[in-house]
Amino acid sequence: MAKIVSGNVAGTGKGRQAGGGDPVNRLGLTARDYEGEKSTLCPGCGHEIATKQIVRALWEMSVEPYRIVKISGIGCSSRTPSFFAGRAHGFNGIHGRMPGLATGIAAANRELLPIGISGDGDTAAIGIGQFIHLIRRNVRMIYVMEDNGVYSLTKGQFSPTADIGSTLKDGSINDQEPVDCCSLAILLGCPYVARSFSGDPVQLLALLKGAIAHNGMAFVHVLSPCVTFNDHEGSTKSYKRIREAACPVHRIEFVPAEVAAKEPDRARRDGRDGTPRELHLADGSFFRLDPLEEGYDPGDRARALERIAAAARDGRLLTGLLYYEPNRLDMNRMLNLVEEPLANLPPGKTRPGREVLDEIMQTFK
Amino acid sequence: MSGIGQAVEGGKTRSAEKLVNNFSIQVATVNGTGSQSSNSILMRAIFEMGIPVSGKNLFPSNIYGMPTWFTIRLSERFYFARESVKEFDLLLAMNPATAMDDLAPMKPGSCVIYDEPMGLRDRRDDLVFYPVPFAKLAAEACPDTKLRRFVVNCVSVGVVARLLGIEQAACDKAVRLQFEGRVKAIELNSAAIRAGMDYAAAHLEKRDRLYVERRDLTRGMILIDGNTACALGCIFAGCTLMAWYPITPASSICERFIEYARKYRSDARTGKLTCALIQAEDELAALAIVLGAGWAGARAMTATSGPGVSLMAEGAGLGFYTEIPAVIFDVQRAGPSTGLPTRTSQQDLLKLATLSHGDTRHPILIPSNMAECFDFSVQAFDIAERIQTPVFVMLDLDLGMNPWISGPFAYPEKPMDRGKVLTERDLEKMKTFDRYRDVDGDGIPFRTLPGTRHPLAAYMTRGTSHNEKAQYTERAAEYRAMLDRIARKFETARHLVPPPIIERPAGATAAIVAYGSSRPAVEEARDRLRERHGIETAYMLIRGYPFSDDVERFLLEFPGAYVVDQNRSGQMAALLRMHFPGASAVLRPVLHYTGIAIDARTIVEQILAQEGERT
Repeated sequence: MAKIVSGNVAGTGKGRQAGGGDPVNRLGLTARDYEGEKSTLCPGCGHEIATKQIVRALWEMSVEPYRIVKISGIGCSSRTPSFFAGRAHGFNGIHGRMPGLATGIAAANRELLPIGISGDGDTAAIGIGQFIHLIRRNVRMIYVMEDNGVYSLTKGQFSPTADIGSTLKDGSINDQEPVDCCSLAILLGCPYVARSFSGDPVQLLALLKGAIAHNGMAFVHVLSPCVTFNDHEGSTKSYKRIREAACPVHRIEFVPAEVAAKEPDRARRDGRDGTPRELHLADGSFFRLDPLEEGYDPGDRARALERIAAAARDGRLLTGLLYYEPNRLDMNRMLNLVEEPLANLPPGKTRPGREVLDEIMQTFK
Repeated sequence: MSGIGQAVEGGKTRSAEKLVNNFSIQVATVNGTGSQSSNSILMRAIFEMGIPVSGKNLFPSNIYGMPTWFTIRLSERFYFARESVKEFDLLLAMNPATAMDDLAPMKPGSCVIYDEPMGLRDRRDDLVFYPVPFAKLAAEACPDTKLRRFVVNCVSVGVVARLLGIEQAACDKAVRLQFEGRVKAIELNSAAIRAGMDYAAAHLEKRDRLYVERRDLTRGMILIDGNTACALGCIFAGCTLMAWYPITPASSICERFIEYARKYRSDARTGKLTCALIQAEDELAALAIVLGAGWAGARAMTATSGPGVSLMAEGAGLGFYTEIPAVIFDVQRAGPSTGLPTRTSQQDLLKLATLSHGDTRHPILIPSNMAECFDFSVQAFDIAERIQTPVFVMLDLDLGMNPWISGPFAYPEKPMDRGKVLTERDLEKMKTFDRYRDVDGDGIPFRTLPGTRHPLAAYMTRGTSHNEKAQYTERAAEYRAMLDRIARKFETARHLVPPPIIERPAGATAAIVAYGSSRPAVEEARDRLRERHGIETAYMLIRGYPFSDDVERFLLEFPGAYVVDQNRSGQMAALLRMHFPGASAVLRPVLHYTGIAIDARTIVEQILAQEGERT
């Protein structure tokens, strides 16, 4: 894939390597250290932009590459884990079962940062059950759904996120209600629900960084057009139509923890006085939100659902941080697990002693 | 007491010997009436008398109001199967809905204790009847009308105990064990048993020939069910993640595991657990969670039954091809489809051996008693991590949910085998690491765990075709080499799964092959064939798959090998035929598929019939 251009990223503790090479992050790694294999997707694919922003978010957030685990199901999007974080383990599993794999991985080693990549078929069709229950478990992970409204690997059938009236290239029209995974996730209490568009990489990057900073499940829905099967006139998931429909609920800026730490006196602002609102994240960073949709409150579950539905009736697609609830218990706390990763526990901590077996045997005598 | 040695009823007289500690009891009740507790108490009280005993619960797929039966067999020869699934020496008839059917197969001279209003004594004139006004006795013993229906069955335990000679102290201990510290329940049920005993002492004259006499045959032994034994095995195997979806008859593996994990696998100081306990949304997810955990380095397991196994087919294929350790318990019930959810069978063997699409193969451990349930559960984790593949532990409802006598379990002496895992330190000494390269000829590659801090560690696991470097490949040679290398792992697995138990007595003219819960019925059948029919048999109990070399050698030693299967199609015979076509001609099926555990008589009759054809 294309080389990640470092640009001028202020305030994230990055500096230049001695000798003037590529910029490095706090771990001394360049953005290229977060890249993967060369992509085999179609030129212009929306997924490439998502991949690029994932690379950039991981680099800017100085995520230790060995902590990252990439997990996916089946579909074009599910192939993208090969294209980023080449130093991290990855698991391209089976269709619709990424959430189950991610749950097991997160439980086995709580120090890992699982990044699940899925598509609209993988999530909203065959994997909808696992998606729902992953949210209920509140697994600490980032779940990116790259949504183009069609099954591309099988050459262009409708997926469950296709809008009513959208057409395929052969002219057939979708009559079924689409599944809105963001609304579903909010309904189920997913603590971090965001929507973005591969045509808006600035917003997407901020939302991905917030997802890394968040402690719990972070669902990031990325409208990511398929240039081969669903970018034509009549498709509601084309670049053109998404660009027209996308309405950010706020301008969003991610302020990382190390910058936030330099402003200890900053009062928490709720946005009601007209100033930008700040939402604090688990690692000390925060979002600065400048409202664009009047009165949209990511903390109000019921209203958020109403606003998303009302906008959809007008053909508008709300994007941004749609819902945020920082205080939900995550799975590892629900499971009351020891701090040490289960995968690293020595036998002395997992095989009870001889006296325990004797004690148990007594109860059956 | 008069009348001993003779059963006299309605004019018919039949001389009979005293039957001491060798007979069977059928208890017919309605479910939801506390009958499970009272049945356990009766069986446990006999066990407390030092007598080998086994119990089988025949229950409906229902919570309240349907007929349920519990059969108890006393046997000083430690016969734990049923001699016959139909015939009993004592019927305790508490369910009017089934009483007539229950009465029909009773042998002349056998004994019936029944709830008086049923008026059974007029129905047969060749049985010994003891009518008892249970409702009245329960009302006297339990003033609380709401609880009364739960104590009726304990009144009947008292009556049975008194008539057979089971000591009150044994009953009291059984009650205490059953209700573990619940004082009110203990008092209430003990009182009910005493009421039954007192009534029998005052009103029933012993006219049957059944006696329980104290022995010392069960000293040091335990009474346990296979699911609990497996759960304990997982605790001592150091299992660190359990994911499940409830299903009869496998749920109690997980439920017991949760209980024990909370008690024995929590940090003494913080109370935090060293084991993740996850109830999944279905079996697809349960196995996906287990595979994710196994891939990331946990010791992970799930437990299910046939319908869940069907859903786990996709995960089993993924685990096989990506080479991830997992332990899957299959407590078989009777299919097809939802089938008989609360009855037993051995119908999943072929499916487990090759579960999933593609050319898959899975090791199977097949316990046949309680100690093996425990031991094989421990071993399954070692084998799964050594071979890097999903491993099945196959039992069935009969082993899993019924109470069995066993010696106490032996503490696992072997250190855990965590398999071929490379750490950061190992990688430092290496120039390259290829996830799927067989470096030492056993077919098993090395793996690294996510989180390993070394640039060589990372690789991409994929369910698609991959080469030694774990990269996607469509090259024919690489694809084929991968399948061949995985097949080599199963050669290694042949030497790791439990070997068969083989007996070759002098003079054996035929052989019997069995597995799993058929073991007790087969062992009794062999004694019968020898003692009553003069046929000595050799015997092979298969305990693991892939089959070891001993299996084929044994089959070829005898002109006929009777393969006992609790399924209609002879699945073990089919699997043996597939692997050892040379032995095909000698295999003779002995089949049993009623949903009820196989009995010795079925085996004897089918073997005699086929032996007759041979001569």
